[in-house]
Amino acid sequence: MLIKRTFTLAGAMLAVCLPTLGLAQEADMTPPNGEIGFIFTTFMFLVAGFLVFWMAAGFAMLEAGLVRSKNVTMQLTKNVGLFSLASIFYYLIGYNLMYPGDGWSIEGMLGGFSTTVLEAVGLADEEPDLTYASVGSDFFFQLMFCAATASIVSGALAERIKLWPFLVFTILLTGVIYPIQASWKWGGGFLDAMGFLDFAGSTVVHSVGGWAALTGAIILGPRIGKYTKEGKVAPIPGSNLTLATLGTFILWLGWFGFNGGSQLYMDTAGNVADISRIFSNTNAAAAGGAVAALILTQVMYKKPDLTMVLNGALAGLVSITAEPLTPSIGAATLIGAVGGVIVVLTVPLLDRFKVDDVVGAIPVHLFAGIWGTIAVVFTNSDASLFTQLYSIVVVGIFVVIASGIVWIVLRSTIGIRVSEDDEVNGLDMSELGMEAYPEFGRG
Amino acid sequence: MKLIIAAIKPFKLEDVREALTDIGVRGMMVTEIKGFGAQSGHTEIYRGAEYAVNFVPKIKLEIVVESASADQVVETITKTAQTGKIGDGKIFVLDVDQTVRVRTGETGPEAI
Repeated sequence: MLIKRTFTLAGAMLAVCLPTLGLAQEADMTPPNGEIGFIFTTFMFLVAGFLVFWMAAGFAMLEAGLVRSKNVTMQLTKNVGLFSLASIFYYLIGYNLMYPGDGWSIEGMLGGFSTTVLEAVGLADEEPDLTYASVGSDFFFQLMFCAATASIVSGALAERIKLWPFLVFTILLTGVIYPIQASWKWGGGFLDAMGFLDFAGSTVVHSVGGWAALTGAIILGPRIGKYTKEGKVAPIPGSNLTLATLGTFILWLGWFGFNGGSQLYMDTAGNVADISRIFSNTNAAAAGGAVAALILTQVMYKKPDLTMVLNGALAGLVSITAEPLTPSIGAATLIGAVGGVIVVLTVPLLDRFKVDDVVGAIPVHLFAGIWGTIAVVFTNSDASLFTQLYSIVVVGIFVVIASGIVWIVLRSTIGIRVSEDDEVNGLDMSELGMEAYPEFGRG
Repeated sequence: MKLIIAAIKPFKLEDVREALTDIGVRGMMVTEIKGFGAQSGHTEIYRGAEYAVNFVPKIKLEIVVESASADQVVETITKTAQTGKIGDGKIFVLDVDQTVRVRTGETGPEAI
């Protein structure tokens, strides 16, 4: 994702309003198509934003399908709760912490602390800045990325975490942890200054959700019965693969907004062509990831595993997110396919370490996110392998430490795990007192 | 009166029902069950980890008939539910002491 263009407001305004007054030296600051460009870019953010919003539904369905029926209501409650809390805390703290402009608390490291303020109604009483897009559209779009980060965590920790401690974690992740590290790149902070490239967030969004999920999964421990005394893995199949598949397709759809909108401008033919390129590459990577997982599970296990194919498609999407613009369709397919392979190989690997990730969020978002961030160097000559690796490590260390502190403090105060009895009976009844499917027998 | 309990392959239920109706059986109770017999279980792989499927889905029929027609019912179920492959099921025949029709209070074979 590019950083917002810097500009001198007055110069830009003059150039727009008085194009014939010999202000040629200001030409670089002129938005290509003035108000038309502002309108199209703003419109693009709104469309891309509601596509990314829809990913919240994708995460909810995917997770509801991959947990047992006794935990479905809990999973849905967490998803709607986390999205809504992210909306409030990104407004109160997150947005300006992530995009401080000139208002850094510590230059390049820590943004400003203030709530989000939109333009006046109808842009009244302002000298409107028409070089970019409306603040409302930008806030709306960026909020959705923040919420997606929190959604990643909820799937990994399913079926054993208490509701309220999880939601407290969500507040800190979306209000503080995510925005601080995102400012380092997208807010124009020190990683951006180093030349780190992460177009739509393989690292900034996906690996951050993945690191927080990994830290949480280790501190929380595995579900009862997932790993036997003899050290074997006892699979716990999900309740509804129809919902899991629908969720995956919804995420796939939302990703067109996620990556396409991260072009950040739709004010020229060049930008529109780039957005189209991004859509095609994003789709190609998902397809590559799904096919790779389909073939690999057939070869390794004699039967294809749908849940792995779904994870493979998502891993393909995460892999292409760091650079969806420069690859050819063929390169995008391959980058996605490697993501699919990573998932099939690392899901059993996590089990070997007894890290219980219910929906495969850590392989999909963290491992494929790291791969995608590295893969930028293959198609974008501006990328430096060292800077990509350095940024992956810096963001990883920050998120692991910050989220680790939050998880440990929560565990030693209000507790993060339900009792054994409650876990066995299902979180739907023990935490919420209602079931998703009250008319079904227990399978 | 006899109670005939039969565990059969689920996809055979409609064939068996039709064949039994044809020989005059006027009612039955049907339950979806899981179990194992000679067919035993098998292993599958979910997300890279092997697990045992120890119980196979079956349909359980419970039919009460007059003693005289029990053999014919058993024979009909056997013939209809048979595929010749392992897992076709089992039939048990038990004596029944009493039958009551709840609506009228009738008892005995007339209540079946």
